[in-house]
Order: sequence, then structure tokens, then C-alpha cells
Amino acid sequence: MKKLLSLLVAFGMVAALTACAGGADSTASDSTASDSTASETTETPAEETAETAEAGTVLTHEEYMAADVDTLVTIETYVQAKQSWWEDKATVYAQSEDGAYFLYDMACSEEDYEKLTPGTCIRVTGYKAEWSGEVEIMEGTFEFVEGADTFVAEPLDVTDLLGTDELIDHQNELVSFTGLTVEPSTVEGSDEEYAFLYNWDGSGTDGDDLYFNASYNGETYTFTIESYLCDNTTDVYNAVKNLEVGQTIDMEGFLYWYEGVNPHITSVTVAG
Amino acid sequence: MNHRFLRPLALGAAALTLAGALTGCHGRREQAEFAVPESFDESKTYEITFWAKNDTNKTQTDIYKQAIEDFQELYPNITVTLRLYTNYGDIYNDVITNISTGTTPNVCITYPDHIATYLTGDNVVVPLDDLAADSKYGLGGSELKFGGPTADEIVPQFLEECYLGDTCYALPFMRSTEACYVNKTYVEALGYTLPDVLTWDFIWEVSEAAAKKNPDGTYALNGQEVLVPFLYKSTDNMMIQMLQQKGAGYSTESGDILLFNDTTTGLLLDIADLTAAGAFSTFKISGYPANFLNAGQCVFAVDSTAGSTWMGSDAPLMDIAAEEVADFETAVYPVPQFDPDHPQMISQGPSVCIFNKDDPQEVLASWLFAQYLLTNEVQIAYSQTEGYVPVTAKAQNDPAYQDYLSRAGEDNNTYYDVKLAAVQLLLDNLDNTFVTPVFNGSASLRDAAGSLIESVTKSVRRSQPVDETTIAQLYEDTVALYHLDQTSAAAGKADLGPLPATAAALLAALAVAWAGILVCVIWRRVRARRKTTGNSFKK
Repeated sequence: MKKLLSLLVAFGMVAALTACAGGADSTASDSTASDSTASETTETPAEETAETAEAGTVLTHEEYMAADVDTLVTIETYVQAKQSWWEDKATVYAQSEDGAYFLYDMACSEEDYEKLTPGTCIRVTGYKAEWSGEVEIMEGTFEFVEGADTFVAEPLDVTDLLGTDELIDHQNELVSFTGLTVEPSTVEGSDEEYAFLYNWDGSGTDGDDLYFNASYNGETYTFTIESYLCDNTTDVYNAVKNLEVGQTIDMEGFLYWYEGVNPHITSVTVAG
Repeated sequence: MNHRFLRPLALGAAALTLAGALTGCHGRREQAEFAVPESFDESKTYEITFWAKNDTNKTQTDIYKQAIEDFQELYPNITVTLRLYTNYGDIYNDVITNISTGTTPNVCITYPDHIATYLTGDNVVVPLDDLAADSKYGLGGSELKFGGPTADEIVPQFLEECYLGDTCYALPFMRSTEACYVNKTYVEALGYTLPDVLTWDFIWEVSEAAAKKNPDGTYALNGQEVLVPFLYKSTDNMMIQMLQQKGAGYSTESGDILLFNDTTTGLLLDIADLTAAGAFSTFKISGYPANFLNAGQCVFAVDSTAGSTWMGSDAPLMDIAAEEVADFETAVYPVPQFDPDHPQMISQGPSVCIFNKDDPQEVLASWLFAQYLLTNEVQIAYSQTEGYVPVTAKAQNDPAYQDYLSRAGEDNNTYYDVKLAAVQLLLDNLDNTFVTPVFNGSASLRDAAGSLIESVTKSVRRSQPVDETTIAQLYEDTVALYHLDQTSAAAGKADLGPLPATAAALLAALAVAWAGILVCVIWRRVRARRKTTGNSFKK
């Protein structure tokens, strides 16, 4: 009986140890699986980058504009300004000699984001998209073009194109507007006039986007200080806060689109 | 109202950052647990901050300011500083940043999902049970200087949403749900009659019919080059509601992720088919549903009832040029259903939480202000700015509110009929609303649910294959991207699932061993007794 009992206890201990070992294996296995997942997580975007980078030849701006929405495109362009970086995604205004691009949510490390200085040449691959009228490359990837020249665009004066169908041909370009007159803005339920509003309806506070109106040839247009592009520490943000109705101003900015032209202004100068 | 550039939630990374920050701050003094003071000390002054969210709506910000002004008149020793946000994601991210530095606001508009993350820190968010029950300063308390609601006067479903486990961490502030805003003119032009309850099958069928094109490439329905028959704003809600209606898994109360199941796969394949037919898109891919609906470029637009003032030909708020607005009749429906006899829709909307501070009196001042936001004056005024419903029966039954409801269509502003139809929709369906479980990571899970639809829709549009294999890979990628393997239960004990085989084997082996020992002991005693008995017999 003692032998039987010893066998039982031994069996129990072996089983217990086996179970423990199994547990250890299991943990190790889980750990491996977890590592594997982590590894895949870091490798997958790289693989995708390689695939997408090889996917197409570099398009001219004209070819890019002719491409269908939702097709994979590759372009080479030059950084003009950065709007934001968030969780390894950058939104960038870019322009080449032949046209401009808006790069929305482009995969970008924080380290690379610092290197995206104005004039830097990058090759971008992503899907062409259109969001509320804004033509852009969405969720692209990019690489720096080694040895390339730099290019910083000179603003194109599009004042005379305001209100015309030709204006959209310069979408996303660095443009200027000269000799416009600051017009009053109002908020719902009040006749009080303001030179600018925090948010489109005045619902915001300092630090939010600024909206202001300016007229040319009797027509009034709305301009925006996009707070991620130019926050409340920038000269332009504070220049707009000091605007007065009736002043004549010159402006520079990027010809962004949202259900119509919605320039993201980067510079305002009071001319008179 | 281009909100596109507003930062999204920082996903699971934010929670991990918070947890890391708190773990790393061993030297940081921990916040003491809050206890309700005996009385409110009005001889001292308190400055409290209120982080509020508005829908980029000037009237809403004015109501906040008026509420603060009125409150400060009642309590001159309390100064409330308002900080405005236009989306929940920014509040969430800022709160997390400020928890680690001990500079949280006093009162904050929030979602319960977010509170679950805030609770990663000790005593960061004040539990409200004791405060609410306090006879002097609690809900309906004797010492309040305003006529706030009693606990019984808060709509029970809305209050329940503010519980994490057995503890109440927030007060509901406003509630909304989603609505399907329908271009009824187009539906009838296609030869269909709107049913009493919209079903997914009906929407699929009509949307596919609407996607037909003329030989010149324009759409037959509107003669335009653009038409998105079915456009959904919040795809996270879309997936959550579909799964709920199907009775399929999303998550357990304790935080187990059930999202990646066969029903989800089936739904994604259906959505892929609809996208391939040119009948479906999303806000993130195409733009605001309201803009497409109002331009006659959409048949079914799903958005919050709190976005109803943007919907329809006569909407008081509009982002597109007047000359682009189409003339059509707008019908307002609950979100589409799989089972018309048992409609189910999500309950959403802002709640208010209070952050803990060193001085209990400061916390009590915060509580008084939070409670003031539930007075009829604030509730009724704020609810009228959008398709919101007051969270108290006291406000809902107020003659002023009933009068408001009865005047639908009197103008295209306060009494805009589409807005009031959206409000009535929620009031009629209070018993058909649901919320998803809240746990540390539930905000990430919500984002992940929406991303599945976004990914599949994009893939179809980009001519990439969508099938069970690619969806399985999508699940794997989504788990990693949203850190869904790192979520944790915040409410109650986690359901750990069935016992692993190895553990079962261990327990079985131990049981066998102990049973053997027991049998041995008994056997030996029996043998010994038999020997003893025999001996005695011999005596």
C-alpha cells in the first residue's frame, strides 16, 4: 500500500511539476507570441513602405492631378510648411516647381518630422484622396531624396483670381493676396462687429483657429489662421488679433480648400 | 466647421503613457481620498476650473458663461474659469497630461470611457456617491442655493452610464443618440416608400439603387458627378450598434475583447460589397454627411442627433454655399435596425466628472458647480442648442421644455423641425438605448471598432482585396495598433475565461495526490482499529 501511495504521490508531483512546466512553457510561448506580434507590428509598416515605394513611378503634378482618387501615387516634392505631427503622422504643405500638394496624415517619426524643414525634397507615396474639395495624398509614406536640391516657393499673387474658377488650379500653393480690406465679422444674435472671430462662429477662445473677413473688388472672402499651422505664439496669429475693420492688408498663405477656398494664412501685413 | 484637423484620441498609448507616468512618479505625493466636509466654508474663496466641450456653437459657449455667472452670484466665494474645447479627444489628452503633473481641472466634461483611463491614478477622480447622498450638499440637498434635481429626478439610464463598477464617477450632462437623416424626396424618386422602421436591408437596397449612373458618368438620381448614397459619420458607433443589434460580441463588462468575431467579419464583408457598389462611404474618407446631404449628394446620412442643426435644406447651420443647397424633404429616423421589433441604438453625450484636490472644500465647491449644471435653467437652455435631451426628468417635464417640444417647425432656428424630430426620436426611445462597457482601454476598443470599417472601405476603394483572410490580418494589426492586448478591467473582477489545460492538470494531480493520502490514512486507521478491536475481543 505504501508503494501504491508513494506512486500516487510521485505521480501527483510529476503531474504537478509537468503542469507547472507547462505553465512556464505556456508563458514563454505567450511571450513569444507577444514578441512576434510586436515584431510584426514594427515590420509591417516597413514592408508596406517598401511595397508602396516601389509601386509607382514618380508623377508630375499634372499626372498627379489627372490620376483618379483612391489610386496609389508617387510624387517628389519640397516641404514648404508643417501643420502638425501626432502619433507618428505628419500633415505637411509641399510644393514643387509645377504644383503643390497637401500631405495628410503621412507616416512620419518624430525624429524625421524635425528634419522636414522648408525646402527639403521628399518622395511621397500614398493614395490620392479628396476630402470636402481638398485634393491630397492621404496616409502616405515618404523618404528623403538624398542629394536633391532644395526649393522654397515664392508666393504667387492670386488676388485677381479671387472669385474665379481659375483659383482652384493653384490649390495648396503658397499664394499672396494684396490690398484687401478687413471686413467686420458678427456672431449670431448680435450686431456687434469684430475684426476676427475665435472659431468660425466666435465660439472659441485664444488658441483656437481665427477667422476673419477681407474684401476685394466688392466681394468678401473668409480667411483662416489654422491654429495647428500657426498657433497663438506666432506673429501672424497675433497680427490678426490686432486687426481693425477697414484696414488694408497683404497676406500670404496656403490655398487650402474646404467646401470652397479656405486659405490658411501664414502672414498678415497691415498696409494701410 | 472644419473639424478635420482636431487631434484624434491618443488611442491606448495615452493610457499607457498615463500609467507609465504614474508608475514613474514614485516620489510624487499621492492624492488623499476625498471625504465630504461637514459644511461648506463660505468664508474662504475658491477658484475652480471647468473644462467644457462645445460643438463649435457660440450659443453653447454663451450658456456655459451664463451658467457660471449665475452660479457665481449664488456663491460669490467661488470663481469658475472656463476653458473651452471643441472635441473630446483634446480634453482627454490634456487631462492625461495634467494628471501626471497634478494640474487637472476641477470640473470636466468627459465620457465614462475616458474616466476609466483617468482612474489609473489613485484618487484622481472623485467618487460621487457620498457627495450625491449628502443631506446638505447632495442632490436636492437642504443647503443648496439652487433648485437642482434629486437623485430620483435624473433619468436612471443616463445616471447608470456614469457608474464604473459600483461607483458613480460622473453626472450625466446632456444625452443624444445617432439619427439617420433621410433625403425622402430621393427615396421616393427611386420608387421606394420609407418604412416605419429603417432596416439595414432597406438602406443597402435603396443605396445600391441610388448608385446607378448615366452613360455620361453622372448619377441618375441627382444628375451630379458626386453621390454617396449612404454616408456614416461615426463608424465606431456603426459597428457597435450593428453588433449589439445582432447580439454579437463587442466586449464583456470586465474588459474582455470580443470584437473580432465571425459576425463582425460578416458585417465587414457586407460593407465591402456596399462600398464596391459605390453606395457607402464615411466621414473620414469623404467628408461631413451634412454637406453631402444638403447638396443633394446623399440619401442616408447618419450623424448624431446633436448634429441635427446642420441637417436638411433649411438647416440653420450650413458649411456649403447657398447656391449648392438642394431642395428636398428631410425625414429623421433612428439608426437602421436588424430587428425592427426590437430597435436598439446607442446612448451618448457628455457627462461631468470632478477631479480630486488637496482641499476637500475645493472639491465641494466643484461638486456644487457640477450639480448646478443639472438645474432646469442650464439643462433646457443647452439642450435647445442642438438635438440634445436634458438628463433630468425635472427638466424634461418642465412646462418650458414641453412648450419647446410642441413648437416644432415654427422657425428654422430654435424650433427647427429636423432638430426637434431628432430630439423626439431619443425621447421616444429611451428604453431602446444602450451603452458599451467601460474599462481601462474601452476608448481604444471603440476606436478600433470604427477603424475596421474605415480600413475595409478604404481597401475596397483602393481596389485591394477584402476577404476573410485579409480581415483576419486586419484584426491582428488592429489589436497591435490599438494596444488591445494591454487593456485591463476597471470595473469588477476580470472574467479570466476557462481554466487552462495545464492548470487543470495541476489541480487534478494535486487532488489525486491528496485523495491518495487521505485514502491511505483512512485505510491505516481502519487496519489499526481492526487490530485493536481484535485485541479487545481477545481480552
